Amino acid sequence: MVPELGHFALILALCIALVQSTLPLAGAARGNDAWMALARPAAQAQCLFIALAFGCLTYAFVSNDFSVKYVAEHSNTQLPLAYRVAGVWGGHEGSLLLWTLMLGLWMFAVSIFSRSLPQEMVSRVLSVMGMIGVGFLLFMLFASNPFERLLPAAADGRDLNPLLQDPGMVFHPPMLYMGYVGFSVAFAFSMAALIDGRLDATWARWSRPWTTVAWSVLTLGIALGSGWAYYVLGWGGWWFWDPVENASFMPWLVGTALIHSLAVTEKRGAFRSWTVFLAILAFSLSLLGTFLVRSGVLTSVHAFATDPKRGIFILVFLAVVVGSSLTLFAWRASKVGLGGRFALVSRESMLLTNNALLLVAAGAVLLGTLYPLVLDAFGLGKISVGPPYFEAVFVPLMAPALFLMGIAPLARWKQASLPELAVRLRWALAVSFAAAIIVPLAMGHWSTMVGFSLLLAAWIAATSVVNLKAKLAHAPKGGIGARLAQLPRSYYGMLLAHLGIAVFIVGVALVKGYEAETDVRMEVGDTAHLHGYTFRFTAINAVKGPNYTSERGTIEVTRGAEPVVTLNPEKRLYTVQNMPMTEAAIDAGFTRHLYVALGDSITPTAWVVRIYHKPFIGWIWGGCLLMGIGGLLAAFDRRYRARARAGSAQLTTAAGLNASPAR
Amino acid sequence: MKPRHKRFVLIGVGVAGLALSASLVLSAFQKNLVFFFTPSQVAANEAPVGKSFRVGGLVEKGSLKREADGLTVHFVVTDTAKSIPVVYRGILPDLFREGKGVVTQGKVGPDGLFRAEEVLAKHDENYMPPAAQDALNQATAKTAAQSVVPPPKGK
Repeated sequence: MVPELGHFALILALCIALVQSTLPLAGAARGNDAWMALARPAAQAQCLFIALAFGCLTYAFVSNDFSVKYVAEHSNTQLPLAYRVAGVWGGHEGSLLLWTLMLGLWMFAVSIFSRSLPQEMVSRVLSVMGMIGVGFLLFMLFASNPFERLLPAAADGRDLNPLLQDPGMVFHPPMLYMGYVGFSVAFAFSMAALIDGRLDATWARWSRPWTTVAWSVLTLGIALGSGWAYYVLGWGGWWFWDPVENASFMPWLVGTALIHSLAVTEKRGAFRSWTVFLAILAFSLSLLGTFLVRSGVLTSVHAFATDPKRGIFILVFLAVVVGSSLTLFAWRASKVGLGGRFALVSRESMLLTNNALLLVAAGAVLLGTLYPLVLDAFGLGKISVGPPYFEAVFVPLMAPALFLMGIAPLARWKQASLPELAVRLRWALAVSFAAAIIVPLAMGHWSTMVGFSLLLAAWIAATSVVNLKAKLAHAPKGGIGARLAQLPRSYYGMLLAHLGIAVFIVGVALVKGYEAETDVRMEVGDTAHLHGYTFRFTAINAVKGPNYTSERGTIEVTRGAEPVVTLNPEKRLYTVQNMPMTEAAIDAGFTRHLYVALGDSITPTAWVVRIYHKPFIGWIWGGCLLMGIGGLLAAFDRRYRARARAGSAQLTTAAGLNASPAR
Repeated sequence: MKPRHKRFVLIGVGVAGLALSASLVLSAFQKNLVFFFTPSQVAANEAPVGKSFRVGGLVEKGSLKREADGLTVHFVVTDTAKSIPVVYRGILPDLFREGKGVVTQGKVGPDGLFRAEEVLAKHDENYMPPAAQDALNQATAKTAAQSVVPPPKGK
């Protein structure tokens, strides 16, 4: 009964989405207020029905309703409750539903927080989002219905993939999807602007906070996924350049370019067409990412052949979205205009360069991800593109981008002077070089890669300090506290996010340069040494979990005579799928992680044990966290609300004027 | 500089930058491609010598041997027609088992021994790495073409 209710809710949501994607758009074109007024209630109702469907599927999971095929495939009576809930998005159909729910929630948010926007704008934005909703709902209803029944019902489910039975996996997909789908708002705003033929600073101010929130959430989502891979896969790596990871990284790269391009569009009115193009690209890559990961092409391109309906639908949907938006772009972009001029050396040109670098990086990832798939699909041979390729490409592309990242926030808009910048930044440069030389030597041995990375990280941090000092000098009189308080939130957000990049680089560089690992055969009572720590294998016990049995090792870590920590790595066997899993044990310190994983058991008492000492690896995720928080801080800047209320007419003129160099 | 000249410089710099980065990307791409071969292809000397590549198939039953240090393992990868001995030092993935599919990356030495740098076995009990499956299919097809007797059914 409940699954049918969910199915019915999806059908209703589709009907509403059809109305939402047509009438308000037509109303905006013909000036029909009644039709336009439909947009908001329709969006809210659509969200409600999708949420209802989602609730129904969750209920089916929680109540172990194995007459629903999807539940039978991804759950089990022994599965703990939290993972039964997370099982909702553990497979293809459910994750599509989660995607659609996120779309509904973003629509709902747009319908609530858009009171200051002109009615035509809101109608168009929500209509475009409605169209995306139509696509996804159609796909679910016709090709991947999560409520499909299984008759006769299964006695028990096949269980959730044990890899996904982890707290990281509970939160990672919702965050990631919220980020992906968030770009649909930027996309819808861009489409609305193209249809309208008007794209100005006001428009940029409207779409900017949405895009920044989406970007922040995506950042956090990717970081969660990377952290999960780090401790669940048992290999101690934090990024594998796996197609699944690349699929989320491409929208991030383009999204990063987009938030910076939007900044220029808001402050200077420039880069308009470019911003629109990036918004289209970011959302298209989000769609591509969703489908790459969820359609099964990655496990085998031939998965398409076994179920061509899904594959064809996906390709057609992608083609329609990308094709129609690019056509609209080609047709209307000239109306939107290019915006303000700027000199060869200016903040605009630096941001443009960084945009180009980010885009080339995204293109390189796309090539490395799709080329092997395409080759395989056409039967031209099997190849793989490994991490060395991505590393070889990323270092030379990102180095200039990071260098510019330090300068651009200090450069003037429109026309900057290189000699002046050089004078202002001479101390920052000196400090960076000092850090680049001292830190690697302090860590034990010289490494050019580490030195170079630290140079860039220190450069970003030092220039941020210079920037803050300059800002404070320009602020009206008052104590240091009062002056700090006067600076806008978005400014602090920017500083924080940039510092996050610096912290991230420090983590990446130091862990790559100085990590130590050893694989040893250990019996109970044996000791191993690594980087000044002593690891003593004291016991191995059989433990029983809710749906697994486990061999649980106890390893006591000491440094000199001092005890450091006791670690409990596990080798689990999930009984339903008869699948072994390595559960690493990590002692997470501020400056280093100690990581222990059980490998193969040679005899019942002897195990191969893998031990890592990973300096500063926590900084990788710390940096991502700073970026995410910085983005959110910037998105909730007061001016987005205050000025939005002030009305739009005066904004257009104001935008061109507030070009003070300090901004 | 006149605005027109400035624009030329800007466009010139842009094109040069794009060309530079494109050539960088493509050369890195070409250098780091890893090709896949079946044990039959390796036996026919189709695989490169001294360059890293991937081999996939089944881990032959009873072929897994562990050296005294407990870390170095020997096993044989087969596509049912031909097989290739592999040596690997390190921890095998959780789902590495005899009789199951595997893909491994490394170099083949002059002695015909494949020195693996990486062993991949995916995370699913019945999952067959697509490349390994492909190797089996190719070998099966060849046998079928050579003999009148139909090959054994199944994977």
